[in-house]
Amino acid sequence: MNRSRQLVVLLLLTVLVLGLSVSAVAAQEQTVVIGFTASQTGKYNVESTRQINGLNLWLNQVNDAGGITLSDGTVVTFSTVFYDDESNTDRVQELYTRLATEDNADFLISPYSSGLTDASAIIAEQYGKIMITTGAASDSTYTKGYSLVFQTYTPASRYLTGALDLLASLDESAQRIAIVHENDKFSTDVSTALNDYALELGYEVVLFEGYDSGATDFAPFINKIQEAAPDAVLGGGHFQDGSTFARQLFEKTVTPAFVALLVAPPEPSFSELGEAALGIVGPSQWEPLAQIDASAAEAAGVDFYGPSSADFHDAYMEAFGEEPSYHAAGGYVSGLLLQKAIEDAGSIDTQAIKEQLDAMNLLTFFGRIQFDTTPEAHGLQIGHSMMYVQWQGMADALDKQIVWPPEAVTADALYPIGGE
Amino acid sequence: MDILAFLTDGLLIGFVYGIAAMGLTLIWGVMNVINLSHGSIIALGMFALYFLFVSLGINPYIGVVIVAVLGLLLGMIIYAVAIHRVINAPHLSTLLATFAVNMIIIGLGTTAFSTSPRNVDFSLGSATVGPVTLLGTRVVAALASVLITAALYFFLYRTTLGKYVRAVTDNRAAAELMGIPSARVLALSFGLGTMLAAVAGGLIATFFPFTILSGGTYELKSFVICVLGGVGNPLGALFGGLILGTFEGIIPYFLPTSWVPVIEFILFVVILLVRPTGLLGAKK
Repeated sequence: MNRSRQLVVLLLLTVLVLGLSVSAVAAQEQTVVIGFTASQTGKYNVESTRQINGLNLWLNQVNDAGGITLSDGTVVTFSTVFYDDESNTDRVQELYTRLATEDNADFLISPYSSGLTDASAIIAEQYGKIMITTGAASDSTYTKGYSLVFQTYTPASRYLTGALDLLASLDESAQRIAIVHENDKFSTDVSTALNDYALELGYEVVLFEGYDSGATDFAPFINKIQEAAPDAVLGGGHFQDGSTFARQLFEKTVTPAFVALLVAPPEPSFSELGEAALGIVGPSQWEPLAQIDASAAEAAGVDFYGPSSADFHDAYMEAFGEEPSYHAAGGYVSGLLLQKAIEDAGSIDTQAIKEQLDAMNLLTFFGRIQFDTTPEAHGLQIGHSMMYVQWQGMADALDKQIVWPPEAVTADALYPIGGE
Repeated sequence: MDILAFLTDGLLIGFVYGIAAMGLTLIWGVMNVINLSHGSIIALGMFALYFLFVSLGINPYIGVVIVAVLGLLLGMIIYAVAIHRVINAPHLSTLLATFAVNMIIIGLGTTAFSTSPRNVDFSLGSATVGPVTLLGTRVVAALASVLITAALYFFLYRTTLGKYVRAVTDNRAAAELMGIPSARVLALSFGLGTMLAAVAGGLIATFFPFTILSGGTYELKSFVICVLGGVGNPLGALFGGLILGTFEGIIPYFLPTSWVPVIEFILFVVILLVRPTGLLGAKK
C-alpha cells in the first residue's frame, strides 16, 4: 500500500469514527417533558399567564444553551405539555391525571393558586412525579405527608405578617386593624396567620370577615370598615377581587391610613387603577428593584445559582415586552430549581432529584431557597422571605417601591395614605 | 353603626335587580315560559356594553340604549328559532329549549371572550350625604331602572301593542279570535324580556367587573325576585328587587356577609309556602 493510499484509508476511517461518534451522541439526546396546567381562562388568568411566561422563558433559555448534560453523557432538553384548567379545581385533577398517565410527563409544575395546587399535588404524589409548586403559598399542602412536592413561594403563614411589622414601624399608635379576605384556601390561610400575629403583637382586630371568591360588590364590607374606623385594612385575595376592592374603597372615599392587599398590588397592571392604587401596600415574592446576585449570596454564605435579578428582568422584558411580576419570576425559578436538581443529580431519576431538592440551600435571583425535610411539613419553603411594595407618586405616573424589609427598602413608605 | 349607608347601597342595587327580574317575569307571565337563558343574556348585555365603550368609545349610557335595541332583536330571533315551535308543547320542552340557548350562548361566549374578567372603567364620581356615600354610576342605574319600569308600564297600558300583549297574556285563544297576531306578539314579548335582561347587564357592567358566566348569579336572584313580587307581575318584580336589595344591604349590618344568600333563599322558600302568588300577587 503506497503512502497516498494509506492516507485515503486513514481519512475514511476518521470519517467513519467521527460519524459513529456523532450518531452515538445523537442517540444520547433526551427530551424531558414538563407537564402543567395554565389558567388561560377564569379568574386566575392574569397571574397564571405571567407564571407560564416565566416558565417558558427558562425553558427556552436552557434549551438554547444546549440543555443539561447528565453524568452518563446524555444531553437533556425540555419540552412542555399543558392544558387550560379554566381556574377550576375539578379540571385540575382531571388534567394532572392525564399529564401523568397519558402524556407521560417526567416532572410537573403546579398550576397557579393554592387551591388548584392543592388539588394537583395529590395527583403528583399518587403517580410518583416530582412537582415544583409556584404561585401557591398555602402551608397546608405540605403537611399532608407528601414527599415529592416542593414549594417555591414563601408560605401563607408568613405572607402578610411583614405588613404588620411595617405598620408598627410607621405608627406606634396604630392599634385597630380590619382583615377582609377572600374565602379561598390561600387567602384564608394568610388571614388566619395574620390574625394570630396581630393578636400576638397586641393589635385589636375590629373586623375579620371573608367574601366569596368572585365577589364584585364590596359595598357591605366597605360600610363595615367605615363603621369600625380601623387604622389599617389588610387582606384581599387575588388580582381581580383585590383590584375591585381597592377601586371601590377609593370610590366610596374610605381611605384608612394603611391598606395592604394580597396578590394584586405587586402586579404592574394594578397601577391602571390610577389614584385608587396610590399608597396600597402589597406583599411580593420578588421585585425587580431588589438586586439579588452572586455578591448577595457571598454575603449570605450560600451558593448563587442562575441569572441575576437584572438579567432575568432584561430577558423577560425582551421576550414579552412588559415588566415581569413576581408571578413571572416564580414561574422561571420553578424551572430553574428543577434544572439545578437535575444537574446536581446527574440524572433525571425521580429519587435522585428528590434527594437533591431535599439538600438544596442556595440563593437565586428570586431569593433564598431551602425546603423543609421533616415529615411534618416536607417540601415547605423555609428559606424564602417576602418583600412589601407600595404604589407611590402621582396618579398618572405611579411607581412601585419596596418599603419593607429595611434591608431592601427603595423608598420611605407613604403613610397615612391620604396624607396628614 | 349607621344602618343608612347599608340600606342605601342595598336599595340602589335592588333597582337593577328589579329590571333584570322584570325581563324574566314578563316572559314567564305572557308566555308561561321559564327562560333559562336569562342569565347568559344578562352577560351578553354586559359584553355588548363593554365593547361599545372600549372599542367604539361610546358613552356607557348611550351604549345601554344600543344594548336595549340589540337585546330586543336577539330575543325575537331566539323566539323564532328556538321557542316558537315548542311554545304549545309541555313546559319541559320550553325549559329545555331555553336551557339549550343558554348553553350555546355560554359556549360561544367562552370561546370568543374567554372567562377572564372584564371591567368597564367608567366613573361618575361620588357624593357624600351624611354617613352615606352615593356612587354616581349606581344612582344613574337606579334612575334608569325607574324610567324603564315607567316606560314598560306606558307601553303595556297606553299603547295598542301593549294591549295586545296583555290580551295574549290573559287568553291567547281569545286574542287570536279577535284577530291579534299572537305569534308576533309572543315574539315581541320575548324580545322585551331579553331587552330588559340585556339592559340590566349593561347597567351592572358600569360598576361591577364581569365574565361571560356572571349572569348566573343575577338569574338566580331574578327567580327569587319573581317569586317575591309575584310571577308575571312587572311592578312586583321591581318591588321584589328592592326587597332583595334591602336584604342584601342590611343583613351585613347585623350578621357576617356570608349569611346573605342563606337568608335570601330561606325567604324564597317561605314565600313559596306562605304566599305562592308573591307579595303583590301573580298575573291575573
